[in-house]
Amino acid sequence: MSALEEIEVRDGVDRETIETVQAMAGKYKHGWETDIEMEYAPKGLSEDIVRLISEKNGEPEWMLEWRLAAYRRWLQMEEPRWAMLNYPEIDYQDQYYYAKPKSMAAKPKSLDEVDPKLLATYEKLGIPLKEQMLLAGVEGSDEPRRVAVDAVFDSVSVGTTFKEELKKAGVIFCSISEAIKEHPELVKKYLGSVVPQSDNFFATLNSAVFSDGSFVYIPEGTRCPMELSTYFRINAENTGQFERTLIIADKGAYVSYLEGCTAPKRDTHQLHAAVVEIVILDDAEVKYSTVQNWYPGDEEGKGGIYNFVTKRADCRGARSKVMWTQVETGSAITWKYPSCILRGDDSQGEFYSIAIANNAQQADTGTKMIHLGKNTKSRIVSKGISAGRAQNTYRGLVTMHPKATNSRNYTQCDSLLIGDKCGAHTVPYIEVKNNSSRVEHEATTSKVDDDQLFYCRSRGMDEEEAVALVVNGFCKEVLQALPMEFAMEAQSLVAISLEGSVG
Amino acid sequence: MLEIKNLHVKLEDDEKVILKGLNLTVETGKVHAIMGPNGSGKSTLSYVLSGRDGYEVTDGSATLDGVELLEMEPEERAAAGLFLAFQYPVEIPGVGNMTFLRTAVNAQRKARGEEEMSAGEFLKVVREKAKSLKIDAEMMKRPVNVGFSGGEKKRNEILQMAMLEPKMCILDETDSGLDVDAMKLVAEGVNALRNEGRSFLVITHYQRLLDHIKPDVVHIMADGRIVKTGGPELALEVENNGYADILAEVL
Repeated sequence: MSALEEIEVRDGVDRETIETVQAMAGKYKHGWETDIEMEYAPKGLSEDIVRLISEKNGEPEWMLEWRLAAYRRWLQMEEPRWAMLNYPEIDYQDQYYYAKPKSMAAKPKSLDEVDPKLLATYEKLGIPLKEQMLLAGVEGSDEPRRVAVDAVFDSVSVGTTFKEELKKAGVIFCSISEAIKEHPELVKKYLGSVVPQSDNFFATLNSAVFSDGSFVYIPEGTRCPMELSTYFRINAENTGQFERTLIIADKGAYVSYLEGCTAPKRDTHQLHAAVVEIVILDDAEVKYSTVQNWYPGDEEGKGGIYNFVTKRADCRGARSKVMWTQVETGSAITWKYPSCILRGDDSQGEFYSIAIANNAQQADTGTKMIHLGKNTKSRIVSKGISAGRAQNTYRGLVTMHPKATNSRNYTQCDSLLIGDKCGAHTVPYIEVKNNSSRVEHEATTSKVDDDQLFYCRSRGMDEEEAVALVVNGFCKEVLQALPMEFAMEAQSLVAISLEGSVG
Repeated sequence: MLEIKNLHVKLEDDEKVILKGLNLTVETGKVHAIMGPNGSGKSTLSYVLSGRDGYEVTDGSATLDGVELLEMEPEERAAAGLFLAFQYPVEIPGVGNMTFLRTAVNAQRKARGEEEMSAGEFLKVVREKAKSLKIDAEMMKRPVNVGFSGGEKKRNEILQMAMLEPKMCILDETDSGLDVDAMKLVAEGVNALRNEGRSFLVITHYQRLLDHIKPDVVHIMADGRIVKTGGPELALEVENNGYADILAEVL
């Protein structure tokens, strides 16, 4: 049995359901804002703004040129409208493209020098920025788990933990702005090599104005000694967040990377257009897990983040592997298709997704599996949950190129409806250009069953706990693919996101 | 003690009246059986008592130890000590049987203001109780009732009952779909749970279950009412002569 078919069954995910479900209280938990003095670039987008961002980051000339090329290209492009998303025209001139806490004017040398208000923000979010702190909720593990964190606040990286220890292992983990200065050879070689500047409207916009993000390099033959994570916080009003993440796993390397996102409650929509590029060389493996919990807007659809994200992994080397796991619970609009280019022979791509849309949320999300190499394998497990008046679309592309002989894909796409005003849509595109490959697609749509809810309630659970339990059961295969601490956060998020969806 | 007085129930979105002035008292520590032909309202009675949607109580009351059940939510009734063993236990894909059970136990404890059971303690108790019902560890890991045989489902209901320790247990046609051996096992499980503080209402079509779970009192239900009450011999009478004679006598 190949690794693709095996999913580790973890009892912990099950056992902790109870606590997480019971611990939930209130609705969107991270809607508060940090009162901090900010420095903004002038509103709107122009070549000058692009130059300003580059200058603020102290970038070399080649980087500025790269940005400007992207900006000029972007001016020629049109916003895509093919997704099943309905939102008013976005005024790209009515946004700030750069916002930085004033206290970050001189880059702090260590976390000790970081503004206590910023540190308090992350503490309140439960993100450990002190190296002796551990992520909460890790029970029963034999040894304490350590997670290195890069904390991004609006346009800048506030700090990165465990840098020294990672350095000893040869791992580079820093903000991308730092990498541009410190490791230009790596950035030049790989930036834009997976998601080209001209890839799509939002990725091109990001290429022009990205302000910060994370950079990871795992050297040949190295297993990253701890999990790495980036935590994105949008705080400033009317400000877009455009982060850029670049991860390179050299031959035989391994890393597990986590990403979390939250934002305050605002009445206006905010734009988030990120790009994540992952390069995976021979025999290397990357796991990338996201718990996306941007502010979803209120029940009427007022406010919330517009989330237009391009994520792509290039399995460039033979026998390389990537696994995307995403739990999308937030954002008013989600437009996101983490993809795998299976270029190396015998490479593998996996995509596990839970997308929840409640109230007026709209999600159009899925993946692309591009099979280029021989004997490549991919697996897609998508769980879409719709409640309220929400619309949830799975959009996926599986393509087997002529040279991708003996390749396989398995897609499972399940939708769960809660109530009778929401919608679930499945849009699979399949292209097979050789005779030896196999593509399987299974899809189901079901409703949360009244009998199930009554059964749970007759045993003593209240209605929301019952819904959370049934929905967590529906998502189980994906929750199991998440690292432990994320799995628990994800379970309680599933519950919180669906509050008020029944009754 | 369960006291049902003059209970009238109709379907919520239909004019059909199902219970027509039902009176029943089950004393603490006693086992009462309700027998009756199809369509007499037996299952409706169990659903109405446990609070399932779709029924409208038009008159009457049902109290457990003096507390009115009919105004409570289903989960409140459960916390108050009512338990319904389902005729058709429901499948919940992806939710481990153990998780389900522990969530239920702790939800009830929390509702009663009691301390929640720790994972270790829970595991110990559940293993012990599962063993006596011949429920193996593998079955506890499987999703709730998914792929369970008829016998496994019913044993699982009894295990839930054992863990939740209710005051009033309603068994809704627990014998349906069981072979003799499976029925014996379930009956043994129930008998082990009989005690002075716990009452049972056993709803069944057939006398055979009552060979194994010996009732103190037997009621015959017909057309939404209890029409005859007697001792265990009443069940034998039904077994031998069918309902026709009794119904002819009372109606």
